[in-house]
Amino acid sequence: MKDNTVNTPVDPKQIKGWGIDADPKNDPTYPMRDRMNVGEDPKSDERPYLQPVNEEVLKSIERPNVSAVFGTPEPPRGLSGIIRRQAYKYSENQYKHWLPMILADRVDMIEGVLADLTHGHVPNIFAERGAKMDWKYNRSGFITRLATISLLTAGAIVLFSSKGKNKRSKKRRRYQA
Amino acid sequence: MLAMEYRGPKRVRAVQKPMPEIKHPQDAIVRVLRACICGSDLHLYNGNIPDTRVGSTFGHEFVGEIVEIGADVTKVKVGDRVIVPFNIACGECHFCRQGMFGNCQESNTESTAVGAIFGYSHTAGGFNGGQAEYARVPYANVGPVIIPDDMDLDDAVLLTDVVPTGYQGAEMAGIQTGDTVVVFGAGPIGIMAARCAWLFGAGRVIIIDKEEYRLEFARNYSYCEAYNFEEIGDPVVFIKKITDWLGADCVIDAVGAEAAGNALQTITGRKLLLQAGSATALHWAINSVKKGGIVSIVGVYGPTDNLIPIGNAMNKGLTIRGNQTSVKRLLPRLIEHVQNGIINPKGLITHRMPLEEVADGYRMFSDKLDNCIKTVLMPPTANQ
Repeated sequence: MKDNTVNTPVDPKQIKGWGIDADPKNDPTYPMRDRMNVGEDPKSDERPYLQPVNEEVLKSIERPNVSAVFGTPEPPRGLSGIIRRQAYKYSENQYKHWLPMILADRVDMIEGVLADLTHGHVPNIFAERGAKMDWKYNRSGFITRLATISLLTAGAIVLFSSKGKNKRSKKRRRYQA
Repeated sequence: MLAMEYRGPKRVRAVQKPMPEIKHPQDAIVRVLRACICGSDLHLYNGNIPDTRVGSTFGHEFVGEIVEIGADVTKVKVGDRVIVPFNIACGECHFCRQGMFGNCQESNTESTAVGAIFGYSHTAGGFNGGQAEYARVPYANVGPVIIPDDMDLDDAVLLTDVVPTGYQGAEMAGIQTGDTVVVFGAGPIGIMAARCAWLFGAGRVIIIDKEEYRLEFARNYSYCEAYNFEEIGDPVVFIKKITDWLGADCVIDAVGAEAAGNALQTITGRKLLLQAGSATALHWAINSVKKGGIVSIVGVYGPTDNLIPIGNAMNKGLTIRGNQTSVKRLLPRLIEHVQNGIINPKGLITHRMPLEEVADGYRMFSDKLDNCIKTVLMPPTANQ
């Protein structure tokens, strides 16, 4: 086995900054407030200025209100939006919240492709996946992957076309009989 | 403006999007000068974080120049160059008052399981991120910290996440002088956690990964022992062996959901999404730490469940501590460390790419091509 300890100085104290933040009182337990000398909690009605809600914001049912600031991009839309709205009816404690959300993400992806096409834009999947880097730095992997996909696609086409041909010839035989 | 846009798992592109607007009196708009791709962006990129909507812009590691401020912003002004902590915090709520700026109650409507993070899905608040020419920065009186005149922007951008997260990983590990610290993961965060473990007086620091070039990098950057888990057999047994059969005093999980090393975890966590990512590193952490030891988690997992040996954690009397980093709390100390030459953040940067090539940047970082450790994205307007 290689000597991996070669870069550890015999005396770690030689490392610049060694022990500079050592804190024997660092007891990693909650609450931190004892260490931070925090006074009373803010009253629940003491809130920052509230960002106006001008668009649909989905809210976790584990909190009473919309937070004082929130992100506004990509409001729920389409079928994925319907799934997301349903998911937000359940708490974060439930699979009924998270699993539909993952489904919604996948539906959203398909909707994204359709939206691109609707706007006359054919997505360049190769470029979006950064295939150029794969070609440049991992050419054998790139070629293997491409060959595998091509082979599987060709196999699937042959399989389906032969099934189709069989069905058609069976139909023909039945008709002739 | 030009911005990165998510289109679905492993598909991103650079597109023109509308300029961000002031939505709240404490908002600011920054012109992004540097943005990084983070290891935790890969969880989004791979489609592992629920409610990551197509059209979103990622990027929670960025620095920029303030170009517009809301009516109530007093702590920064137009023209200031600022470090933007990756978490969005009001500074006044129950959690912010405790210095838990990563757990703010007033910035994320969509989930209580996590605070708000720039460009990190609607589960983390639905804010667009900084892999763009411009970004909206809420609570500009609280988060942004002015970059000292003598600080390099490359150092500054790594103070938004990498340095504080590595540092907090070591801090949460409760390292006592002379302790043996094991770090799982030799990505930028793991390398930084290993470097910072010395600052807390560690006696021995060991890093575990499977990418040889990253292990070599860690040996040189963090002055630590580095082992390839594909070459050492069972990593838990190996760690026991080299720690007099007791286990490490502290273990830091700096991997999170993308962990390799266990087929069951990989298939159920990363391929089938039956878990919130692959919990291999956390599994190893619990089993390789000493009885009564401390496991510090800075690796990111999704919000559902993971398979970990919680029974062992109980039987061994472990303390498990994790959190999103409270960047704002740590920045003053870390800026000092950078200025005093104790930490060299920009030493982690291996690649620099124009924002237009963001898809290539993600692919390179995700597949660890060309010995990539850390990629900085340069928006076209950064040099204006």
